[in-house]
Amino acid sequence: MSRGNQSWLMGAWLMLTSLLSSSAWADTQLNLTKGVTAVSREVYDLHMLALYICTAIGVVVFGAMFWSMVFHRKSKGAKAADFHESTKVEILWTAIPIVILIAMAVPATSTLIDMENNDNSEVTIQVTGSQWKWHYKYFDQNIEYYSVLSTPREEYENQNGTFEGNGAAKNENYLLEVDRHLVIPANKKVRFLITSDDVIHAWWVPAFAVKQDANPGFINEAWAIVDEPGIYRGQCAELCGKDHGFMPIVVEVKSVADYEIWLSEQHALTAKAADAEKASLTASMSKEELMQLGESTYMAHCAACHQPTGLGLPPTFPALKGSPVATQGSIADHIDIVQNGKGMMPPFGKQLTLQQVAALVTYERNAWGNDTGDLVQSADVKAASGE
Amino acid sequence: MTTETINESLDDAHNDDHHDHKMTGIKRWLYTTNHKDIGTLYLWFSFIMLLTGGAMAMVIRAELFQPGLQLVEPDFFNQLTTVHGLIMVFGAIMPAFTGFANWMIPMMIGAPDMALPRMNNWSFWILPFAFAILLSSFFMESGAPNFGWTFYAPLSTTYSNGSTAFFVFAVHIMGISSIMGAINIVVTIMNLRAPGMTYMKMPLFVWTFFITAYLLIAVMPVLAGVVTMLLTDTYFGTSFFDAAGGGDPVMFQHIFWFFGHPEVYIMILPAFGIVSTIIPAFSRKKLFGYSSMVYATSSIALLSFIVWAHHMFTTGMPLFGELFFMYCTMLIAVPTGVKVFNWVATMWRGSMTFETPMLFSIAFVILFTIGGFSGLMLALTPVDFQYHDTYFVVAHFHYVLVTGSLFSIYAGAYYWLPKWTGHMYSESLGKWHFWCSLISVNLLFFPMHFLGLAGMPRRIPDYALQFADFNKWVSIGGFAFGISQLIFLAVVIKCIKGGEKAPAKPWDGAEGLEWTVASPAPYHTFSTPPKVD
Ligand code: HEC
Ligand code: HEM
Ligand SMILES: [Cu+2]
Ligand SMILES: [Cu+2]
Repeated sequence: MSRGNQSWLMGAWLMLTSLLSSSAWADTQLNLTKGVTAVSREVYDLHMLALYICTAIGVVVFGAMFWSMVFHRKSKGAKAADFHESTKVEILWTAIPIVILIAMAVPATSTLIDMENNDNSEVTIQVTGSQWKWHYKYFDQNIEYYSVLSTPREEYENQNGTFEGNGAAKNENYLLEVDRHLVIPANKKVRFLITSDDVIHAWWVPAFAVKQDANPGFINEAWAIVDEPGIYRGQCAELCGKDHGFMPIVVEVKSVADYEIWLSEQHALTAKAADAEKASLTASMSKEELMQLGESTYMAHCAACHQPTGLGLPPTFPALKGSPVATQGSIADHIDIVQNGKGMMPPFGKQLTLQQVAALVTYERNAWGNDTGDLVQSADVKAASGE
Repeated sequence: MTTETINESLDDAHNDDHHDHKMTGIKRWLYTTNHKDIGTLYLWFSFIMLLTGGAMAMVIRAELFQPGLQLVEPDFFNQLTTVHGLIMVFGAIMPAFTGFANWMIPMMIGAPDMALPRMNNWSFWILPFAFAILLSSFFMESGAPNFGWTFYAPLSTTYSNGSTAFFVFAVHIMGISSIMGAINIVVTIMNLRAPGMTYMKMPLFVWTFFITAYLLIAVMPVLAGVVTMLLTDTYFGTSFFDAAGGGDPVMFQHIFWFFGHPEVYIMILPAFGIVSTIIPAFSRKKLFGYSSMVYATSSIALLSFIVWAHHMFTTGMPLFGELFFMYCTMLIAVPTGVKVFNWVATMWRGSMTFETPMLFSIAFVILFTIGGFSGLMLALTPVDFQYHDTYFVVAHFHYVLVTGSLFSIYAGAYYWLPKWTGHMYSESLGKWHFWCSLISVNLLFFPMHFLGLAGMPRRIPDYALQFADFNKWVSIGGFAFGISQLIFLAVVIKCIKGGEKAPAKPWDGAEGLEWTVASPAPYHTFSTPPKVD
């Protein structure tokens, strides 16, 4: 072996060892998850079957190649044989792959038939994607809410230092955490009806082997029976614009008893929120209170497009600082655009309380030097939306 | 048309630059109708595009080096991935193959030139404008296309950033260029073969380009159609892809992939042709199973029209559709396997040497096969639900496109450089290029399989912490691979400038008419057709 070859090997070996010795590798996942449903385990088995078959074929084919590279080289005095066809061999290596493929197609077909059987579900949840959050609506329960990324902006914008500079600057579930989990019961067939309000998204939870596109104007179905309570994380899996990487999915699976408790809590909360909404109509908030609530709501729901500075990302996302709507236009028009959306601006009426909208509009009309001095109360929002 | 009448019309076309007094300077290249000049233009253009798209990949990998948003905004990140993909597919791989077709097909079939030389000039020269349009959108207020190279509606229509019109016109021009190039290839092969060269005596290289050209003629109009529908949806109020107006966004994907899947074979069949030429040459043994190779290539081409929806398993197809497309896709592995087995059988009991073209070809066979394995896994619908739109897919198509198509292009370039330039390239630099590329490309793409399996979606500018380790190594591999390609530039420049004089046939095992003419190949070859028996 020449000197050059040796130093190459040395380099490759060093690279390999440093790759493997890094301490963080302990929690690096190499393989597909087995998941927590019967289907996901079938899928995992199918994956392993395919992997083993491919590896076996690879060993044979690459083995034959390396064999001839080592033993049939000219430098070793190999003389070329002169065969160049054989119908028998050709038929053989057409037939064998077909048999192998059938061996894979059979389990794949039965798993697929299982996956596509959406009948007899016990809980149905409508999942709606929109730029860049998920909305969950429980059928027959009067429960619905949005689920939004909760990793603070400072973390992904490295405001507390970079990952390498200071690993502590990012928390454990960085980019895989949301403000409100989707909660489902264990051991029940839960059906997901998946759709979208704007572009195509895809709802993906690896542990359930569920990945379905959310198509605007159409509804797709998927289902899962989860057998272990726990928290399972996934992400949007279809490019859906700027913050496609920032719309995670978190599913909390509870035992049936805990799920029932959770449901009644949610009903109580819904009732309480309705009361608060009613109360807010007669209450009047101070400018400080409005600005404070407005700022936090803005950062959570609006800053992705209009930016924390209010400067937006023109030309797609307009600036609110100095914008005619937020400075000269009527308050009613401003409220209207926030509640009902316009073009690529999503509607927020369903998602925010009257109080939040009032605070937002106040905030946008007074922050960043917009200084209109306008104060907006819940009652104004209610009046503007004409309900 | 008979060979003779075409030859006469060729002479007409060449009247202005007849025989040895070609024009000089820029005019030579602008007005040229010579297949060798046009081949050279295509090859340089594609290399420039490779470096341009590569530079974008470097920024992408730098951003993904560690978690957090370091260098670019998410929207700009999407623009980079989109334009990177478009440039590599339409600007680097496809024009490189057209360059090979131009240079080699006439010389391999004993023709004096391509059959339609003026159209040949035109089909090249509109290309730079297409890419100028595409790239100029980076400097506009809207920014460049940011909806992925697959431009799914409605992200590319109602929700686009305003770059859609530029994108559509650029794609139209690329499509026209490809169609003209393909027609030229078909007409040339059908009409200008040397007397005695029957179809089943054509070099396999010519066969693969012949079949690829038919694929191009079949599907480029489909691409043109779908981008036009995109244009009218965005600007003229139609709603082909908008449910609110009675359309369907999934229909977009059907039309796109009806083009898109044959397109991936457009990018790999010529590669099969190139390695099927090189492996026998350096094994000093005839290609095993020539006719089965021809049939395998044809059946791959035919099957490629009925598998498109394997890219769409998660869109909510009915069970029957999923099964149909799964079975058809798996079936493609059969002719693909036949090809691989034939290459191995060609090497078997050969008398092998390992010059750079052979090294790239061997790496092609192994690494393309790895890409085929992941393709087979992706074909299994239930598991595709897990793999789809993750880094596993990114690994798959880079194995077939980078270590597949691109490696075959390098193999072919090293193989024919002596014929093109008249000089031998530097074997030691070539080997450096090969080994640096081989190691870095695997560091770059192999761990992507693991990332995808662990759950990292594709097309994201930032990721969860469990993906950090692999991404770091992938980025390091990426930078190393990027730099390694500059070695190739050095090899080519050095080889053009000088070096050991190449004989007419520098490879003792090589076969074919191109080796019967001098090196460098004279400006006009085979003015009288050779006899083939
Ligand atoms: C998905 C991105 C996005 C988010 C999130 C978003 N907006 Fe917008 N917004 C837009 C776009 C796009 C427009 C321009 C709409 C048009 O004119 O067609 C807009 C326009 C506006 C306007 C009118 C500005 C003008 O000058 O025309 C206001 C006010 C506004 N948004 C407020 C908000 C508030 C309040 C929130 C948070 C609750 C919010 N936006 C969240 C995208 C967004
Ligand atoms: C054995 C042969 C092959 C099979 C069975 C196969 C199968 C597949 C499947 C099922 C997908 C979709 C994966 C998904 O998105 O979920 C895919 C994607 C892809 N394949 Fe292949 N493939 C094969 C060969 C090739 C070749 C030869 C090329 C190109 C040279 C190629 C290029 C691509 C590309 C570019 C994509 C990704 C497209 C995108 O989403 O951007 N494949 N392949
Ligand atoms: Cu998304
Ligand atoms: Cu495909």
